Amino acid sequence: MIYWDHAASTPPYEDVIRTISEVMKEHYGNPSSMHTLGENAGKLIKRAREGCASTLGVNPMEVVFTSGATEGNNMAIKGTALQHMKRGKHIITTEIEHASVYESFLQLQQWGFDVTFLPVNSSGQVDPMKLASEIRKDTTLVSIMHVNNEVGAIQPIEAIGKLIKQKNRRTLFHVDGVQGFGKLSVDLRKWDVDLYTLSSHKFRGPKGTGLLYVREGVALTPLLTGGSQELGMRAGTENIPHIVAMAKAMRIAGERQETFTVGISLLRNRLLHTLREIPGIVLNSDEACAPHIVNFSYPGMKSEVFLHALDELDMLVSTKSACSSKLTEPSQVLLSMGRTSEEASSGIRISLGDCHTENDVEQLEYAIRSVVERLQPFLQRGMKR
Amino acid sequence: MNYDVLLLRFGEFILKGKNRRRFEKSVLCHVESVLTPFPKAKLRSEFGRIYVHLNGEIASELIPVLRKVFGIASISPVIACASNLEEILTTCQDFLEQLNIQEDTTFKVNARRVWKGFAHSSHEMNHLVGSLLLTNFQKLNVSMIKPTLELRVEIREKDTYIFCEVISAVGGFPRGSNGKAVLLLSGGIDSPVAAWSSMRRGLQVECVHFYSYPFTSQLAKEKVIDLARVLSGYSGEVKLHLVPFTDVQTSFTGIGQDSLIITLMRRSMLRIATMIAEREGALALLTGESLGQVASQTLSSMNAIGRATDLPLLRPLVMMDKNEIIEIAKNIGTYDLSIQPYEDCCTLFVPEFPSTNPSLRIVERIEASLTSLPQLQQEAFSRTETIILSPSREARTKEQANIQEDWF
Repeated sequence: MIYWDHAASTPPYEDVIRTISEVMKEHYGNPSSMHTLGENAGKLIKRAREGCASTLGVNPMEVVFTSGATEGNNMAIKGTALQHMKRGKHIITTEIEHASVYESFLQLQQWGFDVTFLPVNSSGQVDPMKLASEIRKDTTLVSIMHVNNEVGAIQPIEAIGKLIKQKNRRTLFHVDGVQGFGKLSVDLRKWDVDLYTLSSHKFRGPKGTGLLYVREGVALTPLLTGGSQELGMRAGTENIPHIVAMAKAMRIAGERQETFTVGISLLRNRLLHTLREIPGIVLNSDEACAPHIVNFSYPGMKSEVFLHALDELDMLVSTKSACSSKLTEPSQVLLSMGRTSEEASSGIRISLGDCHTENDVEQLEYAIRSVVERLQPFLQRGMKR
Repeated sequence: MNYDVLLLRFGEFILKGKNRRRFEKSVLCHVESVLTPFPKAKLRSEFGRIYVHLNGEIASELIPVLRKVFGIASISPVIACASNLEEILTTCQDFLEQLNIQEDTTFKVNARRVWKGFAHSSHEMNHLVGSLLLTNFQKLNVSMIKPTLELRVEIREKDTYIFCEVISAVGGFPRGSNGKAVLLLSGGIDSPVAAWSSMRRGLQVECVHFYSYPFTSQLAKEKVIDLARVLSGYSGEVKLHLVPFTDVQTSFTGIGQDSLIITLMRRSMLRIATMIAEREGALALLTGESLGQVASQTLSSMNAIGRATDLPLLRPLVMMDKNEIIEIAKNIGTYDLSIQPYEDCCTLFVPEFPSTNPSLRIVERIEASLTSLPQLQQEAFSRTETIILSPSREARTKEQANIQEDWF
C-alpha cells in the first residue's frame, strides 16, 4: 500500500511520536497552575513558542497556538473582521480557498459583511492588479492561501502583500500557509503578512494542533474566551505534548525544506511527464505549482470511481480536499479555474511526501495506466447518475 | 555593492590622552568577539580607527552587528584600490555606476591626501575626480554646500579608500573601560535599559535581583535570567546575583506602616546591593528609576531611599520619558521579555496607598525598632547565589525540571 495523500495528512515522525509520549507522561501539569509542575509545563510551552518563532523568523510573542488550521483560519478571519468592523465591513478572499476560509467568509457575509470573492485564472492564480483594484477604504481584511490544496497553485504572496499595503496600509493580510510551509520558502516579514495559519499534521507533526502568527500590533477579537491563555487571544488549556511535538516537527520541516523541495520536484516532474502521455488525462497542475501536489482530471469518469480503482491497486489518492471530498459536487477550485463541469467532477489529487521514492512513483504510474485502460470502455457511462 | 573594507571610527574617547591605547584595545577586542560568526573578516587597527577587511563577507550583514559595539561612533563601507591616479579614477567611476544615481543629485568630491608622497594634492584630486564624474554622469550637479552625495577619496600609501556613506553607530565608551557598578535588575522595562545605558558609558555592570520565593514564581526568576542574558550580548558576559529577599520583605509586614513598606524594602535592597558591590569591587549602584514614575520614584522617596547607601547612586534614566525608555528597550531586545506578566518582589505586598512623601525620620525610627533587620539583610547577602551569563544559548543553566533538549 502506498499513501499518496500527504496534502490531507502526513505520517508523524517517529521522534515526534516519542516526544509526545514522553512529554505526556512527565508533564501532565496545567501550565496555568502555579505549582512546580504547572511552571514546568509553562516552560515547555515557552521553549516550543521560541522554537516555532525562530523557524518562522518572527518573535515568540507573535505565535498563538491553536487546535489546527480550521481554528487558525476562523480566528484570523472572524477575529479581525469583528475587531475592525467599526472601521469597515469589506473583506476580500478568493474563490479557491479551503473550506475553513471560504465558509468563514460566507458566514461573515450572512452577518452583514460585504465580501468580495476574487476569481482565478486557468492556472489557479489570482491577478494581483485585480485584487488591488478591489481594495477600498473600508477593506479591513484580505485572506489568500499561499498554496492551493487541490491543485498546488502558488499565489504571488509577496507581490500581493506589497500591493495591499500600498493601497490601504490598514488592510490586514491573512495567509493560509498550510500547504506552503515546509514545501516552499516562507518569509513573513518580507511578504508583509499580518496573520499566517499553520497546521502541524501537514508537516509530519501531530493532528489537533497548529499555530496562528499574529503580527505584533494586530488586534483580534478572540473566538474562544474563558481564560488568559495565549496572550488572551485563545482561551483553553494548552495541549502541551502536541505543542512541543509540533515545534519539533516544524524545526525539522524548516531545516529540510530546501532538500525536500528539490527532491520532490524531481518526482513530481517525472509523474507529470508520464501523465501527459496518457490519453484522456487533463492536467490541472504543472511544474509551476507547489512540488508536492499533482492534480489531473479524467473527464467522463467520476473521481470517486477512479479513486476506488486505484485503491484496489493499493494506491491511496484523493479527489479534492479531504475536508470536502465526501461532498459529491464538482470541485469548486477546478470550476473557478475555468474547467468544465465534467472535468471538475473527475479530478484526482496525488500528493507526495518525503518518504516517496522513484520506485513508488513508477508503481503509481503503472497503476494509473492500468486503471485508465480498464475504465476507458466505460467513459461517459460512468458519468450517469 | 561589493565593499572591500569597513572603516570604523572611534567615539569621544579618542580625546582621552594616555588611556587611549587601552580604550582602543578593548574596542578591538569587542569587535573581534562580535565578528566570530564572520570568519573571513580580518581586523587591522590604526590610530583612531579600525579597518575590517571583508574578504568576501557581506558588508550589510556586518554593519548592524558592529553598530552595537560600544565606542564606535560611525561606520563607512569602503571600496579600496591601489593609490595611483588611473586606478582611483576608474574605481570612482565604477562606484558611482553602482550607486544608480537619480535625476538632480547634487554632489561633491572630498579628497584627502593622507600620504603626502602622492603626486596630486587634495585640491587637485577634487578637480580630477569631479570633472571626470561630471562628464560621465549627466544627472549630477555640483554643490559644495550640503550635497546629497559626498564622494570621499582617502589616499593612503598602500591603498586608497573610496566611500560616501557614514553610518552612525552607538558610540559611547568601550565596554568595561570606566569601572564597575552594581545594578538592581527587577525584570521590568526600565532596569535593563539602565543597564545598557550604563554599559554604553563604559561601565562594567553586575546585576542584582531580589526574589521572594515562594511569593514570586520561579518563572519571574527565569525571566530575569533571560534579561541578563540579553544584556550579556552587549558586554560579553554578565554576572547576576540572585538574592533571597523573602525574609527581609516579610519582616516589614505587620508593623502597621503599610504605606512605608516600599520605602523600607528599597532601602534594604540598597544595603544588600552595597554589600555585594563592596565584595565585587564595584564603586556605584545603578537603578532604573525615572523621576515621578511611581511612588517610590518621587523626589522625596528617592531622598529617603537613597540615603541607605554610601555609594554613589546612579540613575541613568532619571529624566527620561517612559516612551523613550520603551523605545530603547525595544531596540536592545529586552522589551518582549520585560512585559511578560510575572509577579516580582516589588509588586508583592504593595500597599494600596504607598507614600509618595515618606519621612526619613519615621523610616529610620521604624528600622531602628526592627532589631532583627541587620541580621536578616546579612543572611540574605550570604545566601546570595551568583551565576554568570554569556550570550550563547549553550550556557543556559540546566533547569531542575526534566526538560529534554531533544524534545524540541
